Amino acid sequence: MKAHKIFAWLAIAIGAIYFFVPLIGTFEFSLRMRRGIYSFDAYQSVFTDAQFRATFGFSMLMALVTIIVGMLLIVPTAYWVRLRLPQMRQVVEFITLLPLVIPAIVIVFGYLRLYNSSSWIPFTGSTQGTNVLLTFSYVTLALPYMYRSVDTAMRTIDVRTLTEAAEILGAKWPTIMFRCIFPNVMSGVLSGAFITFAIVMGEFTMAALLNRPAFGPYLQLVGANKAYEPSALAVIAFAITWLSMGLIQLVSRFSKLTPSRP
Amino acid sequence: MTTASTSFIDRRTVIDWLGIVPFMVFALAFLIVPTLYLIVGAFFNPAGEFTFQNIVDLFSPSILGAYWISIRVSVASALGGGLIGFFLAWAVVLGGVPSWIRSSLLTFSGVASNFAGVPLAFAFLATLGRTGLVTVLMRDWLGFNLYSTGFNLLSFFGLTITYMFFQIPLMVLILTPALDGLKKEWREASEILGASSWQYWRMVVLPILWPSLMGATLLLFANAFGAIATAFALTGASLNIVPILLYAQIRGDVLHNPNLGYALALGMIVITGISNILYIWLRTRAERWQK
Repeated sequence: MKAHKIFAWLAIAIGAIYFFVPLIGTFEFSLRMRRGIYSFDAYQSVFTDAQFRATFGFSMLMALVTIIVGMLLIVPTAYWVRLRLPQMRQVVEFITLLPLVIPAIVIVFGYLRLYNSSSWIPFTGSTQGTNVLLTFSYVTLALPYMYRSVDTAMRTIDVRTLTEAAEILGAKWPTIMFRCIFPNVMSGVLSGAFITFAIVMGEFTMAALLNRPAFGPYLQLVGANKAYEPSALAVIAFAITWLSMGLIQLVSRFSKLTPSRP
Repeated sequence: MTTASTSFIDRRTVIDWLGIVPFMVFALAFLIVPTLYLIVGAFFNPAGEFTFQNIVDLFSPSILGAYWISIRVSVASALGGGLIGFFLAWAVVLGGVPSWIRSSLLTFSGVASNFAGVPLAFAFLATLGRTGLVTVLMRDWLGFNLYSTGFNLLSFFGLTITYMFFQIPLMVLILTPALDGLKKEWREASEILGASSWQYWRMVVLPILWPSLMGATLLLFANAFGAIATAFALTGASLNIVPILLYAQIRGDVLHNPNLGYALALGMIVITGISNILYIWLRTRAERWQK
């Protein structure tokens, strides 16, 4: 009994060292920019960098558009599959898991071959087109997470009864979708949105190979050229991930408190 | 009468199927067709003739070497991450530590398993790089020069321990529910029957848990195999793993044969595909005990 408790604490200690030492190391390194004393110079250098602001803004915008496009695609699909096409459920679920199986670099390689400027659909022929393609690539990457969180939220509501009630009261499809279904799966939509945000903000492969000025390629560029700024950026990136995950926890806790479930 | 009802059913069926058309079109255009394009392309030569030559060329020493390093890094980080992750999950579920440790570990694992890519490489460079915190502290306090031992963060070993930062929490997240599924009654029953702790683990827990353990390790393997950003930021192009070779191929046709690039991608899909299929199969086996 005693031995196994010691062993458990040992495991926790090893885990804690593995998790915290790199974080402490990163933070300490980010303070070293001024010789001899700790300072926040590296952060100042990052925040005053015009490229930081430009790429950060670009990725934020991309994340936002990805979330909107992704949810407009996924929520109606998940709803429809539950309501009318339960026989397709496994097929749709399988497709949404494919981005976890096919590496991102393979997917973007396919895009570059299929949608280059000399193809039938030349997405990469213009900046605007490439941005659209990048958004779709992010939707693809986020598909497993978005679909799972929306579908989990949809499991807790009675889709059929809600739809019938709305139809009896004379609601049309847009009303049913946006005023019945969406508000009821909001916890799932928000969880999916936050994880998508975290994924898009740090994504490197897609943006680098599509040549768009996103935050991920910027991080890589700073890493190759500067000494202290990368660790400041790593601290910032970690804070973004932490914030997104914290918001997911908050949303799921909040939705458990809402009693309006059948 | 009959014609009216059949046409009604038909109309309804058509509407039913129309509902998932947007999703299917999206999946085809941005997931399935691009991937199939590469898979098919792997079996043709630049002149457009069917051939197995690209697949054969994958077995040239340089490409095979890249696959071999990738597989070794993925296996090592999956086993290392899996082992530490398993003990952590075991400690919080069965080890009798306070419950606040369990909830903080799970929250933290959710964050850390998503903390990958370029920033993770920065974090490990700042910690174990030549002027990193741990390297400096070891030198100043213990008089021990880490880099004199031949250690290098920009190597197979360095990449493995960096990947373990997201592999460990992923394992914790997958295994905690599986360990929660071990019923107290099973332990009590085996104790009543006179089993030792070792016998209980070997003859009860392991047979129940091995599909979860194997499945999770396979998932960790696939997870590491497809990753590129961390390795790219950590080592540049100096460590020749498959995703980095493919990146260079996409950028500048370093293999001097576009179709060989497709074959390289096909090889990645085959490896991650097989490990995922095995994972799914093992998971269905594991779920039998989690009802």
